[in-house]
Amino acid sequence: MQPKKRVTVVGAGIAGTWQALLFAKAGYEVTLLESGDPSLAQAAAYWAGGMVAPDCEAETAEPVVVRLGRRSLDLWRSYLPEMPVTGSLVVAHARDRADFERFARLTSGHERVGAQRLGELEPALAGRFRDALFFPNEAHVEPRRVLRLLHRQLEAAGATIRFGTTADPRRLDGTVIDCRGLAARDVFPDLRGVRGEVALLETQEVALSRPVRLIHPRWPIYVVPRPGGRFLVGATSIESEDAGPVTVRSALELLTAAYSLHPGFGEARVLELGAGLRPAFPDHAPRIRIDGERIAVNGLYRHGFLLAPALAELTLAYVQNGTRNEEVMGWS
Amino acid sequence: MRLYGQDIRSRLLIGTALYPSPAVMEQALRASGAEIVTVSLRREAAGGKAGAAFWGIVSALGAKVLPNTAGCRTVRDAVTTAQMARELFGTPWIKLEVIGDDETLQPDVVGLVEAAEILIRDGFEVFPYCTDDLTVVSRLLDVGCQVVMPWAAPIGTGKGLVNPYALRTLRARFPEVPMIIDAGLGAPSHAAQALEMGFDAVLLNTAIAKAGNPVAMARAFRLAVEAGRTAYEAGLMPPRDLASPSTPVVGTPFWHAAAP
Repeated sequence: MQPKKRVTVVGAGIAGTWQALLFAKAGYEVTLLESGDPSLAQAAAYWAGGMVAPDCEAETAEPVVVRLGRRSLDLWRSYLPEMPVTGSLVVAHARDRADFERFARLTSGHERVGAQRLGELEPALAGRFRDALFFPNEAHVEPRRVLRLLHRQLEAAGATIRFGTTADPRRLDGTVIDCRGLAARDVFPDLRGVRGEVALLETQEVALSRPVRLIHPRWPIYVVPRPGGRFLVGATSIESEDAGPVTVRSALELLTAAYSLHPGFGEARVLELGAGLRPAFPDHAPRIRIDGERIAVNGLYRHGFLLAPALAELTLAYVQNGTRNEEVMGWS
Repeated sequence: MRLYGQDIRSRLLIGTALYPSPAVMEQALRASGAEIVTVSLRREAAGGKAGAAFWGIVSALGAKVLPNTAGCRTVRDAVTTAQMARELFGTPWIKLEVIGDDETLQPDVVGLVEAAEILIRDGFEVFPYCTDDLTVVSRLLDVGCQVVMPWAAPIGTGKGLVNPYALRTLRARFPEVPMIIDAGLGAPSHAAQALEMGFDAVLLNTAIAKAGNPVAMARAFRLAVEAGRTAYEAGLMPPRDLASPSTPVVGTPFWHAAAP
């Protein structure tokens, strides 16, 4: 029998975790190196909404993001069958009607539901909105919990995870998959950070079973339900590489959006306010750069959970049999 | 078109906000042919390293930067923002906005005149965003503005020229002052209309950035602005109340003439 081929993945955020997982399941001897600790508090994924919403993202994302996102949804389903695929809803206040119609026009895979059906889907929203867009084929995960679950699957598949280990991908031997996010600017000079801010709330007064997006003239604001009466409200999108704490203005905007969705959020507890930087390329689409045995995966931007599984599949196909996907590998 | 001593060929100025990505922004800018882009300073520039990557993309476009004071609500706020912009972009140009009402984003024209006067004394070249009020424009010129930017409609509404009468009056009253119609344009036909009326240029952002295809929409606005300006220079026919045949009736064979 041939000895197992070795692969080192650098960066245990959502991109690196999926790369490691698919390679481990395909029989490679995988080592996943992460500079941070197991909480992954410095990863973009830590503050992510965790939505796997390819149809909604079509509003602003490049077509390649939507296509890869649809493939990712299948991979999430097969690796994490307990993931809720309850769809998502888009609602708007009366004054943002024009933007709501624009969202409907630029996306597909949704049905327009009236007030009554909206009330059946989400009783908490009954009587609050005249209508909504329902995207039935979308899912959401709890990022911090899911990263732990995937790491456990990874170890069960025989991989090694080393936290607190800073590695320079250029100095590693064998096949190396570089998923360092913003730290990989040595490989990708046009990578930039886009600041995103979120609030984590807790209340028993509001119950939602799927993410709800509220049309907002500047950012897509969403409220994602989490287990235990928790809700993630996100996210701003600011051209800044300042990863410092949330500003008053952003906090006001996020909390106002939640409150305007349901007044029950007025009594919710603010558990966390956090900010992170998303690694992005100028077109906001991801890239896989191939340089001999060194492969770099980056630029997942606002779409980490949406893109990571499909990108891992593309990398694996390339390493196994040289298949190139020019849409994301054309930059190499 | 001459703006504060600089010759500008393109009569379309565009904003840099709200695009799906910087790559789309760049392509839209190229398709628009715009030579001047406006950038908002307020939020992105707070703090030192903030937004450096985005500014890098904007400056690589090679366009002249017209920083704005979007979101400022007081004279002091606007003046401070203008000073920060001058330092950051190294330009005396400033598109001056002082917002007077949160719901309509209507300019506070009293504060605007005051801020313009302070900034001009400080060496700025001010592009004031104002309403179509004749007296306000006259005051802005009194304090030394050499360009004015009257609105077509409130920011982001896309309603087009809601008060053509007031705009026509402005144009007729100050024929020599460069005037750029700013805010409220939703369709290329609105831009064409402004240029046909003799306005020097238009400035817009949302109509392009939030179009289904921003790059194609940028091209559409470029064509509309060219059409409008060419029509203005060609001289539009005056409208009349009664039909007037373009072919003389004299010589029409008698059996074609209408029965009495």
